[in-house]
Amino acid sequence: MLETVILTIAKIIIFFAVLMFFVAYGTYAERKVAGGIQDRIGPLHCGPFGLLQPLADGLKLFFKEDITVAKSDKPTYYIAPILAVVPAILVIAVIPVDENIMITDLNIALLYFLAVSSLSVYAIMLGGWAGNSKYPLLGGLRSASQFISYELVLGLSIVCVAMLVGSFSLRDVVLYQKDMWMVFKQPIAFICYMIAAIAELNRAPFDLPEAESELVGGYHTEYSSMKFAMFFLGEYANMVVSSAIATCLFLGGWYAPFSILPFIPGFIWFLIKTFLIFFFMLWIRWTYPRVRFDQLMGMSWKVLMPVVLLNILVTGFIVTFGR
Amino acid sequence: MYQAISPYVPVLILILLAVLFGVVTLLIAWLVRPNAPYSEKLSPYECGVEPLQPGKLRMSIRFFVIVLLFLLFDVEAVFMYPWAVMYKPLGWWGFIEMALFVIILFVGYIYAWLKGALEWE
Amino acid sequence: MSYTEIFFYIFAVLSILFALLTVTRRNAVHAAICLLLTFFFIACNYVLLEAEFLAAVQVLVYAGGVVGLMLYVIMLVRKDEADEVRQSLGQRVIAVFIAILFVLEIAFISLLAYYGNYSGFLSSKMAQIGGNTESIGAVLYTYFLLPFEVVSVLLLAALVGAVVLAKNRIER
Repeated sequence: MLETVILTIAKIIIFFAVLMFFVAYGTYAERKVAGGIQDRIGPLHCGPFGLLQPLADGLKLFFKEDITVAKSDKPTYYIAPILAVVPAILVIAVIPVDENIMITDLNIALLYFLAVSSLSVYAIMLGGWAGNSKYPLLGGLRSASQFISYELVLGLSIVCVAMLVGSFSLRDVVLYQKDMWMVFKQPIAFICYMIAAIAELNRAPFDLPEAESELVGGYHTEYSSMKFAMFFLGEYANMVVSSAIATCLFLGGWYAPFSILPFIPGFIWFLIKTFLIFFFMLWIRWTYPRVRFDQLMGMSWKVLMPVVLLNILVTGFIVTFGR
Repeated sequence: MYQAISPYVPVLILILLAVLFGVVTLLIAWLVRPNAPYSEKLSPYECGVEPLQPGKLRMSIRFFVIVLLFLLFDVEAVFMYPWAVMYKPLGWWGFIEMALFVIILFVGYIYAWLKGALEWE
Repeated sequence: MSYTEIFFYIFAVLSILFALLTVTRRNAVHAAICLLLTFFFIACNYVLLEAEFLAAVQVLVYAGGVVGLMLYVIMLVRKDEADEVRQSLGQRVIAVFIAILFVLEIAFISLLAYYGNYSGFLSSKMAQIGGNTESIGAVLYTYFLLPFEVVSVLLLAALVGAVVLAKNRIER
């Protein structure tokens, strides 16, 4: 009993360390990729190739003065940054990195993922509200509306996968893809999932809440120092975990592509695929211009919703009558 | 008494650790950072100008409509989850049930669209 | 006491505590945060009852959706206006009445679960299948087909209501 608990804590700490490593070097990768795409060099001076840059950034943020706006609502103001980072960390509980490497195998893992990630909307809303300032409030409301609109699409695209697998356990989902990855069976669900995941994270081209030219900096305008860093951390951690979930759902998790190179362990494949999806998100951010807010909401409600509902019905039809 | 622990114990431990991580990080930052406030620094950001009105504005009712629609479709999605995992055992009968369910809601969706609840002008 | 019982009392006490905080906070946003935590601890108790699906839905719909709706309403109203508005005494009588109704309903359902034969019927059905989500699926889409389809009509009515309500506001 006690040994199991200690083992679990050790496992959690390792998973958490890997997540934080990914988050730290995610920020580095973002700046390097942005530099490459815009024909610049990116971070260079901290360590070889600027590899110590994330560490320097973190330390800098620790030593920055923290400004709490006068008349802000103190408890809410402190809770919001913590809420920004907690849901992203909670998701790692269900991510299967290899067939037997995971923190816990819940049989409602996908629902757990949806439920937990639905909580990150409160970081946005409370963060926007607490500052007693206009721009964050506007940004927060916009962000939250965007988040909930795309959350529906995310949930429904997961239904498409669960119909084929017949289980919500992420381990079962990956085991199902041994012979053929889900992305070939459910390409439309994959596209919907990716669009919804990027939009949920409020990243470009869907970064309306942060539209610098009209809303200053979005819901975290009034935050500084480590509290701002927590929002930042939350965003990158969410990117990493939703890449990891996409890998499990659509890209065959720990399985090697087309069964090549079987001597490479599964978790290496998993991390490579996760990084590729992460890179894809960065690539999109630095390639596409920002969409308008009405286009953004219209995209979710008028295009993706009917498409994904139809996809569910068509999948159902093929599974039942196509045999 | 459990011999093997429930799969939810790791989740509980993770929740505690995640909250602890957030609190401890903020606490360390609180200990090491400088603190020298004055009233201009603490005023809400408004592009360097004196704040014009009180911070809380009135918002468009459209945001509220979106949340209402979200809740309704969220409940619809919740009904789809148990259906999805039991889809193969339920067979063609399950398909017809869900098709009917979706079609009834789709009527409401089209109504909302035609009435302009999904528009942002 | 078994571990399950210990955890039950922890979660039960916390959920009641936050429920009390919800109704006593003057600040509406603080009340909403407390409500969020109440829902969360209720979900924890669902997990202890091995109703995992219900726990996930509790967090997804109540903590993720309903509290969000409340926060939206709070933010739509200007703060200085919200501070002036106080609940009228007329609502208090209705509130007590509804609370009594709820207590009676819970008592009725508990008695039904003890003495009726519902629980036996369902648990025997569910034991055949295993997982919680799967068993709900198996029962809901076979034995409770009609209520399930009626739900869609109910949702349709709510949808139309929401649209009409908002439409009037926008046109005015």
